[in-house]
Amino acid sequence: MDKVMYSGAQILLKSLQQEGVEEVFGYPGGVVLPLYDALYLQDDIKHYLVRHEQAAIHAAEGYARVSGKAGVAIVTSGPGACNTITGLANAYYDGTPLILITGQVNSKLIGQDAFQEADIVGITRSCCKHNYLVKDVRDLARVIKEAFYIATTGKKGPVVVDIPVDVFNAKCNFVYPKNVELVGYNPTYKGHPLQIQRALKTLFEAKRPVIISGGGVVASNASRELKELATRLSIPVVHTLMGAGTYPDNLETSLGMMGMHGSYCANLTVANSDCIFAIGTRFSDRITGCLKRFARDAQVIHIDIDPCSISKNVKASIPIVGDIHYVLTEMLKYLEKSGHKINEEQKNKWFNEIQEWKNKSVITEKKSEKLSALTVLKTIHEYTKNDEPIVSTEVGQHQMWTAQNFKFNEPRKLITSGGLGTMGFGFPAAMGAAVAKKGSYILNIAGDGSIQMNIQELMTCVDYKFKVINCIINNGYLGMVRQWQEKIYDKHYSQTKISSPDFVKLAQSYGALGLRVEKEEDIIPALQQAIEYDGPVMIDFVCENCEMVYPWVLAGKPIDNVLLSGEDLK
Amino acid sequence: MKLHTISVLVTNEVGVLSRIVDLFSGRGYNIESLTVAPTVDSIYSRVTIVTKADNDVVEQICKQLNRLIPVIKVANLSIGEALEYEIGLIKVGVSDEVKSDFINIVTQANAKILDVNDKVYTVKIDGDEKAVQTFAELVRPYGIKEFVRSGKVAITKGNQFSIIKNKKEEQQIKNI
Repeated sequence: MDKVMYSGAQILLKSLQQEGVEEVFGYPGGVVLPLYDALYLQDDIKHYLVRHEQAAIHAAEGYARVSGKAGVAIVTSGPGACNTITGLANAYYDGTPLILITGQVNSKLIGQDAFQEADIVGITRSCCKHNYLVKDVRDLARVIKEAFYIATTGKKGPVVVDIPVDVFNAKCNFVYPKNVELVGYNPTYKGHPLQIQRALKTLFEAKRPVIISGGGVVASNASRELKELATRLSIPVVHTLMGAGTYPDNLETSLGMMGMHGSYCANLTVANSDCIFAIGTRFSDRITGCLKRFARDAQVIHIDIDPCSISKNVKASIPIVGDIHYVLTEMLKYLEKSGHKINEEQKNKWFNEIQEWKNKSVITEKKSEKLSALTVLKTIHEYTKNDEPIVSTEVGQHQMWTAQNFKFNEPRKLITSGGLGTMGFGFPAAMGAAVAKKGSYILNIAGDGSIQMNIQELMTCVDYKFKVINCIINNGYLGMVRQWQEKIYDKHYSQTKISSPDFVKLAQSYGALGLRVEKEEDIIPALQQAIEYDGPVMIDFVCENCEMVYPWVLAGKPIDNVLLSGEDLK
Repeated sequence: MKLHTISVLVTNEVGVLSRIVDLFSGRGYNIESLTVAPTVDSIYSRVTIVTKADNDVVEQICKQLNRLIPVIKVANLSIGEALEYEIGLIKVGVSDEVKSDFINIVTQANAKILDVNDKVYTVKIDGDEKAVQTFAELVRPYGIKEFVRSGKVAITKGNQFSIIKNKKEEQQIKNI
């Protein structure tokens, strides 16, 4: 046994190392000084200094989503910790494994309204998977071990570890536990074999089956199995926003994204299906539309590792709680044994129907001489698709246009805030992606509203030479809200017209490259210049103000009630 | 909506009760009553919650309780047959004229006089919710000065248990 005594700060760093952590994002402050001192004295873990704590946790999430490993962020007590709440809620919603280390005031001062004190365990309770307040340095290594175990297993999520300054300073020996003993936490990995066989049998019998692939497929690394099963059973696949890339978009049987702004074909296919095979999705209201009328004629097979997601919104006729990778692998084994043959006639009939829906697409109308956001995004995708860059987005119209028009052939390529819908997520997440995937450029598709929520991170990007290319779809409005106001609130554009700084000059003042594009022919030269540049870039695409996102299913309407243009609404 | 008794076995640690209570309050579910005490093995505690909700909602509550890390087991006892008990402590002012009537009621209801002081009787009644309520109604005419009521505790009947399963088996699942 190691007899050397270490400080709590050193024990924390050694524990992180044991978990394979090489990079962390953070921002120092009073009570984490001992930890930052320990960081200073070592070279194993690299710390990235951000400009706002919210960016630290979003960057850690971007890192986690791209690498598949847990992201780590370090912040100080009180305001530092409070600034991470949005990021925690975001990661909790989207099931991203994160460890957030927050400093806390001296354990003897807790509850005495000390300077920069906040009850972080209390505040974060409902927006993280679990949290700890470590009051004894001897518990620290065990807590970190448990935190990583909880964050990276079951439905993944963020875990907060709150550490008082005296615990960072206190000393004890370091033994990193080998096993975790948590009686109350036992995620179910193995789906029930009978349920799995029942599911397969139901799929055999289905005449109009469809697979909905969600973020769980990414978390479970089950894209390969999904592809094989869908191919062998000849089932078309739609994906949720979080499921982008889980099933290659370049396949004929991929019908694109479903939901509020999903493709016409995807929504119609789900609405007319007699058997929905939902994999790793929690049936958010953004994909189901009117719940009462959602897939009324369909049997629902639902695999999820989180029992809470099953039959929460859509009642599952065949629920399977388990790890998607495990369940799909088992299904493939049973499929192999069954010698099942596809009913070609039935399959063709279903695919012919689908083909008809595929032919229906959005009707675009040119409103002014300004750039169309859709054209800009399509051109960006066309120009960059061979590089298969990681694309992050903020939240709003540009996010939906990206999800609709970028084709992703593998998972972990689209990094976006799904459940919480956090504006300001994309830019810092792109920094995390840049750390996880060094050497390649990251595209952050942003709106002029969203980018201003964490724009201070330009400095971080310049410091570390992150190759983040911010493509700002600048339409002078909070476009998605404006869109609802136009159609639902009698064109009362309440507080949605938004001004922006000169993004080119702003980029320059930070030491980044700033470009402005106002004509279609300038899009590609700007992209070329951006990709060649060794550092962060801001491209200000000055776009048409009133462009709308279609297809559009109005909130609360059934999902086959798809609007393809402004005309449909009248 | 009907009443449900949810029995939750948890590890006995700081903050576990607030995690459970937060889960109810954050979703707007009301807790009718609540009791918490360590089990025979004091590393665990038993929380018994009575809540009024639809069956679907209770199923969701139980799943979400299960998702909490310190929660070991959740059982909805109103589904099966369970024995439920609670205690009421009542202070009643009783004048000498009605003393014998009062004591009669107490005896018949199987309640117990714990303390008599200056014509104030402190009585204990236990039983299911109805028994406690009925007794309170019976002594109300005498003048209830104070009424303290516990939450409910419940246990399954017969050969059913809401305790931890085989620890070893759970450990194996975890090690996958």
